[in-house]
Amino acid sequence: MSTIGALPPRYRVTVDREQCMLCERCVENCPYGVFRIEDGRLIIDSRRCTACHRCIALCPRDAIDIREHPVDYRSHPVWTREAREDIYNQARTGKIILAGMGNAADYPVIFDRMVLDACQVTNPSIDPLREPMELRTYIGKKPARLEIRRNDGGEVELLTKLSPNLQLETPVMIAHMSYGAISRTAQLSLARAAKETGTFMGTGEGGLHQALYPYQDHMIVQVASGRFGVDINYLERGAAIEIKIGQGAKPGLGGHLPGEKVNGDVSQTRMIPVGSDAISPSPHHDIYSIEDLKQLVRALKEATEWKKPVFVKIAAVHNSAAIAAGIARSSADAVVLDGFRGGTGAAPKVFRDHVGIPIEAAIASVDAKLRQQGIRNEVSLIASGGIRESADVAKAIALGADAVYIGTAALVALGCRVCGNCYRGLCPWGIATQREDLVTRLDPENGAHQAANLIHAWTLELSELMGAAGINSIESLRGNRDRLRGYLLDEGILKVLDVKSVGA
Amino acid sequence: MCGIIGVIDRARKAMDGSLIKPALSQMVERGSGEGAGYAVYGCYPEYRECYALHVFFDAIHENKKAVDDLLDQWGKVVHEEQIPTYEQPNLRKVHSPWRYFFKPDPGLMSWSPTPEDDIVTLLVMRVNTERKGALIISSGKDMGVFKASGWPEDVANFYRIEDYQGYLWLGHNRYPTNTPGWWGGAHPFNLLGWSVVHNGEITSYGTNQRYIQSYGYNCTMYTDTEVVAYLFDLLVRKHGLPEDVAVKALAPPFWDEIDRMPEKERLLHTAIRLTYGPALMNGPFAIAIARPGMMLGFTDRIKLRPLVAGENGDRLYISSEEAAIRRMDPEVGEVYMPKAGEPVIGRARI
Repeated sequence: MSTIGALPPRYRVTVDREQCMLCERCVENCPYGVFRIEDGRLIIDSRRCTACHRCIALCPRDAIDIREHPVDYRSHPVWTREAREDIYNQARTGKIILAGMGNAADYPVIFDRMVLDACQVTNPSIDPLREPMELRTYIGKKPARLEIRRNDGGEVELLTKLSPNLQLETPVMIAHMSYGAISRTAQLSLARAAKETGTFMGTGEGGLHQALYPYQDHMIVQVASGRFGVDINYLERGAAIEIKIGQGAKPGLGGHLPGEKVNGDVSQTRMIPVGSDAISPSPHHDIYSIEDLKQLVRALKEATEWKKPVFVKIAAVHNSAAIAAGIARSSADAVVLDGFRGGTGAAPKVFRDHVGIPIEAAIASVDAKLRQQGIRNEVSLIASGGIRESADVAKAIALGADAVYIGTAALVALGCRVCGNCYRGLCPWGIATQREDLVTRLDPENGAHQAANLIHAWTLELSELMGAAGINSIESLRGNRDRLRGYLLDEGILKVLDVKSVGA
Repeated sequence: MCGIIGVIDRARKAMDGSLIKPALSQMVERGSGEGAGYAVYGCYPEYRECYALHVFFDAIHENKKAVDDLLDQWGKVVHEEQIPTYEQPNLRKVHSPWRYFFKPDPGLMSWSPTPEDDIVTLLVMRVNTERKGALIISSGKDMGVFKASGWPEDVANFYRIEDYQGYLWLGHNRYPTNTPGWWGGAHPFNLLGWSVVHNGEITSYGTNQRYIQSYGYNCTMYTDTEVVAYLFDLLVRKHGLPEDVAVKALAPPFWDEIDRMPEKERLLHTAIRLTYGPALMNGPFAIAIARPGMMLGFTDRIKLRPLVAGENGDRLYISSEEAAIRRMDPEVGEVYMPKAGEPVIGRARI
C-alpha cells in the first residue's frame, strides 16, 4: 500500500438529475467506464473521465457537466499540480510517464506573436472573388536554372528535364498518422478528403491498408526506422515516399504503438504479429550518418525508378538548419520539419514537453540556411507541428515553408477533442482506436466531408489573406518575411525569424 | 503613383534630352517633387569600352579616396570628372555627382566567364552596402543615370540633360510612399547595362530580395525597384534566358492558362514557374527596363498599373500615359495598351 494515497480526481463529472432521463447514452458511449447503471440509478466514476466529451456531445438533455481540477492543491508557483502529480506517479510506478497529443508545456506560441500585413492605398488589395488567386504548390526538386534554346524557327525550347513533383491545389497537407495509431475509418476519411481537395496525406509508419488503394495517388508512403509495412508494392503505390527520421513530439525516439492497438488487420498491414508492441528503433539501423541517409534516399528512388519524390522528415531540433542543408544535398526532394508542438499517439512526457524547438524558429533558420547556400528553391520545405488555423499556415509560408502538414487539426475536424489519451486505444470518437465497435462510430463519408470542409475553409481564408496583402500567387508569400511583424517578441527571436517588430 | 516613360530609336539615331524632359514633366500629377531621373544609352561614345560609374559622394573630399583606391585595386580609371550640374532654385544639391570611366582587370576574377561584369557588380555591391559617403548609381558602358530629389524639370535642368545624346532614354517621376524621397531612391535604378523605371509596389519584394541575395546581390536602396534590375541581370545575363522568357518568369501566366496550353508550351511555362517561383513579382507594377540596344516594358499579371506603347517608324515609346508619348512625338502612329504580363520589346537593329 503506497503512502501517497489517492490523488484528487482530474475531472469531476456531474449529472443534473432533474434533466437526466436515464436514456443511458452516456453509459453506452463512454469506453472508459465513467457511467454505469446500478439499481436504476446512474452512477458516476469521475476518476475514469478523460474529458473526451463524447457523453456531452450525445446527451440529449445537456445534463452532463465536466469540470477540470475540482480539488485545489495549495497553490505554489514552483511546485505546480503537475510537478507534484508526476512525482507521485513515478514514485509509485518507477516508470517513464507516457502522454498523448502535442507539447502541453506553457511555452509562448510564436505564431500568436506575429501579425500579417495588408495593403492600403499605395497598392490595391486583390479581391479573390473577382480575380484569380493561385495556391497551387509543387513539392519536389526544382532546377537551379533553366537551360533554354531558341531553335531556328525562333521557338523557345526547354532543355532542362524536370524532376517529379507533387501538385497540390492548396499548401495544406494531411500529416502522417499510421493505421494502428488511428483507425481504418479515420484514415479513410482523411484520404478521401485529401483526394477531394487536391492535396496529399501521409500513411505514417503503418503500411497501406487495401481499403486505401483507391486513394494511393494522394498518399505519401512513409519509411520509418521500424520499416513496418514496407515492401516494393507499398513503395510503388505511393505518390511520394517519406523517410521519417524523427518527429517533433519525441525527437530522438522512434514510434510507439501499444500492442493493444495491434489487431489482425493492423498486424497484416504493418507486417507484425497480432498484439505485439510496435516499437520503432530510435535511429534507423542503416542510417548512422548523412551519407547513409543519402544511400537510402537513392535506394528508394532506384527501387521506384526515379519516378517518385522522396522526402525526409526530421524533428525540429537545435541544429535543424545544418541537418536540413545536408538532407537537401542528399538527392531528397523535400525536407519535412516537425516542430515540438507536433502531435503523437504516445510519447514520453519528458520528451513531448522538453525536447525540440518550435516550428516557427525551425522554418526560419532552415529557410535562411538553404538560401545562404543558394539551394533554397531546389528543395521543398514542409512544416508541421502545431498548425491550428489558416493564419498559422500563412505565417509558416511567409517564414519560408512551401506547405504544411496538419495532423491534430485534421483529427479535430473528425471530432477529436484533444483529450490526449490516444495511446490507450479506447478513443470514443473512433479515431485513435482499433476496437471495432468504436471504429465504426466514425462514418468515413461524414469524416471525409468534415476534413475536406476544413481544408477548403482554410484555403479560402488563405486566399483572402493573400489578396489583402496584394499577392495573387502563393510563391510570392513564401519566405516573404517583410509581410510579417513580431508583436512583443524579443530581439533575439526577431533576429532568428528575420522579422521586424510591429511599428517598424 | 509614379510616371514612367521610355523611348528607343531602333536605328540608333541620337536624340537629345530635350525630347524626354517635357514628356516626363507632362505627367506632373504622378510625382511629388521628391525624385526624378533619366537614363540615357549611347551618351559616352568616346569611352564606350569603359564602365561609366556614376557616383553620388557626400563630403567628396573625405570619401572619394576610398573609392579611388578600390577602383585602382580592381582595374584602371581611364578618365574621371565631376558630372556638370547647374544650380536650380528648387533643388538642393545634397550629393556631389562624379563619374569614372573604368576598366576592370579581368585577370583578377579569372574563374568567372564574365569577369569584367562580375568585378563591377562586386564593386557596386560593396560600395553601396558599406555606404561610406559614396553610392554608385549607374555602372554600365556607354550609358548613364542622372537623378536627384526634385521635379522632373528641375532635375533635367540641374544636369542640363539636353546636353546628352542617346538612342535610348528612360525617365521617371516619383511619388514615394514606402521609402523616403532621397537621391539614391530616385529612379532609374541601374546595374551594369540594366536600368529600370518602375511605377508600383512589389508586394513580393521580401521573397524576391531574399532570392536574389542568395546569388550575391544586395539590395541597398531601401526600395523595391532595384530588385528588378538584379533579377534581370540574374535571369538574362547569368542564366542566359531570352528577355521575353525572363518576363514570363517575373510576370507568368496563371496556372489556368498554362493548363490550357499545348503540351510543349505547358511544360515550358510549368518549368519556368517551378524554377523561378521566387522571382515572380507580385503586386501592382508597370516597368520599363533597358539594356544596351534594347528597351522592354511590361506590367504585373493583372495590370494594376497603366502602360501604353506607341510606334513611329524606328521609334518605340512606352509610358504610363498616352499624353506623355504624344508630347514627345505628336506624329506618333499606333498607340496601344499591352496586355497584362505581355512584354513590349524594342531592339536596335544595328
